[in-house]
Amino acid sequence: MRPLREILAVAPPSRRRLALSVALGAGAVLAAVGLLTTSGYLISRAAQRPEILALGVAIVGVRFFGISRALLRYAERLVSHDLAFRALTDLRSHLFRRLVPLVPAGLPGLGRGELLGRFVGDVDSLQDLYLRGLMPPAVAVVAGAGAIVVAFLILPVAALVLALSLLAAGVLVPLVTRAANRRAGRRQGAARAELTGQVLEVATGSAELAVAGRADDWIARADASGARLAELQRSDAVAGGLAAGLLTAIAGAAVVVMLAVAIPAVDSGVLAGVMLAALALLAMASFEAVAPLGVAAAGIDACATAAGRIEAVIDREPPVAEPARPLTPRRGVLRFDRVRFRYEEDAPWVLDGVDLALSPGRAVALLGPSGAGKSTLAELAVRFRDPTLGRIELAGVPLAAMAGDDVRAAVRLAPQDAYLFTSTLRDNVALGRSGAGDAAICEALEAVGLGPWLDSLPDGLDTEVGEAGAKVSGGQRQRIAAARGFLAAADFLVFDEPTAHLDPAGAADLQRRIANLAADDGPGVLVITHERAALDAFDEVLELRAGRIVTG
Amino acid sequence: MSSSRQDPEARVRARATQRRLGKASRAARAQLAATVVLGCLATALIIAQATLLAHIVVDAFLGGASLSALVPQLAWLLAVSLARGTVDLGFEATGRIGASRVMAELRSRLVRHLLKERPGALSGERSGALAAATVQGVDALEAYYARYMPQAVLAALTPLAILAWAVPRDWEAAAILAVTAPLVPVFMVLIGRLAEGATRRRWQRLSRLSARFFDLVGGLETLRANGRAEAQADSIAAAGESYRRETMATLRVGFLSALVLELLAMIGVALVAATVGIQLAEGSLGLTAGLTVLILAPEVYMPLRRLGSEFHAGADAMAAAEAIFEVLDRPVAVSAPADPIPAPDPLDAPLLLEGVEFSHAGREPVLRGVDLRLAPGETVALVGPSGGGKSTLLSLLLRLAEPDAGAIRCGGVDLRDVDPEAWRRRVAWVPQRPTIFAGTIADNIALGRPDAPRSEIEDAALDAMLGPVVGSLSEGLDTRVGDGGRRLSAGQAQRIGLARAFLLDAPLLLLDEPTAHLDAGTEREVVAAVEHLAAGRTALIVAHREAAVRGADRVVELRDGRITTPDGSPSDLLGHIWPKRSEGLGGVTA
Repeated sequence: MRPLREILAVAPPSRRRLALSVALGAGAVLAAVGLLTTSGYLISRAAQRPEILALGVAIVGVRFFGISRALLRYAERLVSHDLAFRALTDLRSHLFRRLVPLVPAGLPGLGRGELLGRFVGDVDSLQDLYLRGLMPPAVAVVAGAGAIVVAFLILPVAALVLALSLLAAGVLVPLVTRAANRRAGRRQGAARAELTGQVLEVATGSAELAVAGRADDWIARADASGARLAELQRSDAVAGGLAAGLLTAIAGAAVVVMLAVAIPAVDSGVLAGVMLAALALLAMASFEAVAPLGVAAAGIDACATAAGRIEAVIDREPPVAEPARPLTPRRGVLRFDRVRFRYEEDAPWVLDGVDLALSPGRAVALLGPSGAGKSTLAELAVRFRDPTLGRIELAGVPLAAMAGDDVRAAVRLAPQDAYLFTSTLRDNVALGRSGAGDAAICEALEAVGLGPWLDSLPDGLDTEVGEAGAKVSGGQRQRIAAARGFLAAADFLVFDEPTAHLDPAGAADLQRRIANLAADDGPGVLVITHERAALDAFDEVLELRAGRIVTG
Repeated sequence: MSSSRQDPEARVRARATQRRLGKASRAARAQLAATVVLGCLATALIIAQATLLAHIVVDAFLGGASLSALVPQLAWLLAVSLARGTVDLGFEATGRIGASRVMAELRSRLVRHLLKERPGALSGERSGALAAATVQGVDALEAYYARYMPQAVLAALTPLAILAWAVPRDWEAAAILAVTAPLVPVFMVLIGRLAEGATRRRWQRLSRLSARFFDLVGGLETLRANGRAEAQADSIAAAGESYRRETMATLRVGFLSALVLELLAMIGVALVAATVGIQLAEGSLGLTAGLTVLILAPEVYMPLRRLGSEFHAGADAMAAAEAIFEVLDRPVAVSAPADPIPAPDPLDAPLLLEGVEFSHAGREPVLRGVDLRLAPGETVALVGPSGGGKSTLLSLLLRLAEPDAGAIRCGGVDLRDVDPEAWRRRVAWVPQRPTIFAGTIADNIALGRPDAPRSEIEDAALDAMLGPVVGSLSEGLDTRVGDGGRRLSAGQAQRIGLARAFLLDAPLLLLDEPTAHLDAGTEREVVAAVEHLAAGRTALIVAHREAAVRGADRVVELRDGRITTPDGSPSDLLGHIWPKRSEGLGGVTA
């Protein structure tokens, strides 16, 4: 439960809203209790055949409770959801701020999809922390206490019966529910994982299995694992049912016990007979206070899992520490000096003594097989990471002495698989330089070879690129990302695999255009690529091999 | 973003799937039957409990009965209460078992469909979600069968049974119930209709906002690289705030139907209480009957209310079933002929594609009349722009799909008249990204020949240039790979695929970009391996990179859905197909 506490500390619910929503929730339960209790009294009193007028107060009371019950419940749902969504908004902002310094280097093993899952799905599922984890127990305590007070006013010993049975239901039902769910989770976990893996294999490899003549083998495997899981599910089903039946049984038994103590009280004259039905109905209705606790208990473990996943992100150390008194970058040579890098201690060196000097105005291509550490080198150049050993300097000042954002303003990276935002073409290119005018944007698109395409678009720069750039081709995406760099007015432009999704002719064209971006009074260009195309356009061609740079 | 709860389209789809599930699944029908039986039992117990309680109260209150005289009735009341608990247990337990059965049935049908009727129908990304739906989807289905369906059954049974019981005893109260209870669904539909337009518009706005969250997180690296991340933190807060406001606006309307429901239920109970009270005061009704009606009144509305609150359980469950049905609905791709002809051998006779046309369902044709002849023992390289249908052509040759028009023949036999499984035994196929199955490397190489002797597996590994990879692993060929095992790189997986082909020793070889994921050094080695593999077989090699084409007897190009055979030798062709690259190659030598 520690992660849940941490989430509540990061995104606490507003006390005022919490109090209001608990009050409304308890009020709704008590109104239902009031409705049935008053009705019980009303008809018992009526059976004594009084003047109709004598029933007036009770009839009004019944109506009042009925209507206020519905209104209170509606209000409670609105307030509690509002409370939850406000807290989630805070949580999301907090998470995003923690996320910024961690992307891309601080989250090893966490892909984009995984991260999105945490940011959207996990945060969303935490609404249950507020709606089901926090609210129902508070409502149960307040409403339960209220019902017990009412019972006490009618017959003191009835209050004791009600208190004990509510306590039993309120504690036992969540405990049993949670235990049953945990047991099922524990027992079924491995079987589910195995089966998921098998279905996944079938879904991805069905053609190969069919061609290899192994379809029947995999059908048999999946059926066998499915049968094992079904067996576990069957035996876990009764335990799950127990929790569901418990509340009904305890509530029913409470009414019996209530009658067993109230009937002698009527006999002895301590309790007016007219109150007997009211008391029985009070006992019945009060269990609404504890009814949601079972579901709440079942949900809380799922919440804890989601919270744990979020915590795992929040608690990560950023890979780069910002200097206390940052220096301002100046224009000059970007120099790697005997830079060594590895992801972990004991891990092999990815970069093993890289010496590299980039000058403004010059275009350099850096080649190397995949997995050679090319992207790591790019991340070091923009201070997404720091070298393990050695130093990187810009105009003689170590990068570590400058603020990361300042470094990235001077050395602009176009990351591998650059992202297009769900917006217009204009917005996506203008990301390179805020406030860039249309003329500058068109010029940038022209420079990366998208001029004819732009001319062909009926909406021009207002063209929507679709969700995450879904409406443009892989090649256009790469070129748009390159146009951002063109627009950036940085001292250095670093392109990480800018031609990954292009056909050979397109790759050569784009690579040449990028090389041509380098200009004496403009930026220096570093293209990191595995594509041996248009290399003659570069001033220098280097190769990264076994963690070192060799001249190509 | 949040759930399917508010999406109006999802609701409509959920209802359709619900009906579908009832029709399609025997386990689902059995579950419905069990729920109806339990529902009848539950209804009987509710009426019994109310009657007993009313009798006990009246006997003690008006009859002056002492506790000892009432002990048998109290014991009955306790027994009925416990029985009600047991029925609830029964709903939950049978619901869970039913969910498990239904899911197992759907899953097994899906697995058969994928392997037998439409192999290769899914692309990588969706399969993860589908696999999760077939296993974890059972949780949502449990909620559906254990909680939603019982309430649906009770909503149909209990109000009618209680009315039937109440009419002869207190027709006035029964009339109140009979009028107000049906108003619940009527009002819910009315409010739903009124709110529908507004909800739909809001839903679209919500989707846009959630797309914004996706954007900001998905593009965070790009934002940071462009110095825009800090500014976006405020934008996240603003987007979150508008998300909250939009959601609350939706909920204010969404909760209205619950409000009306609750109001009707509560006013109904209050009216019954007042009517019963007045009848009692007038002496036209006995207290036992009156009290019983009062206790039963909330039970009339209870299942209707619960049904509303469990609705999303139903919708969520249907989403999982929907994902499975969506795949099951795709038509069978290849069916076996009734009277199959023995599979011809492509080493005895040429393999001919004659006017082959093919289009993926609902899309532009990919192949618009392909003519191609593969002579026995010939190696043909197939090049062409990506997305041009090269892989589709291979899947037709594998008989994973049938041509829309035209035919594929071998030795005078139309392949349509051959059993697809028999034909596939003649073919070794290495896809672009061979799937690595959970097991050892040896198991994976032996995919097509599970009983192959160890020595042959070792030879195949060496032939496919897996030697260095296997040598670097302490457990060698017995290293576990795939799900739960060691991850292999794309290049390593590709060589496993080649090793499979070496071991299979089939007369027809189909390779899909065999060097796509390899660096230059490994590529050279693998090209040599491919040449060795293709020797003495009929081979069609889809190629994107020039190296893979070198050993081919001939190069053909698939462009605009047709095969063109440009004049010239394979090496001349390279200049034609990859002009820019060849020029780039001049700059630096690998």
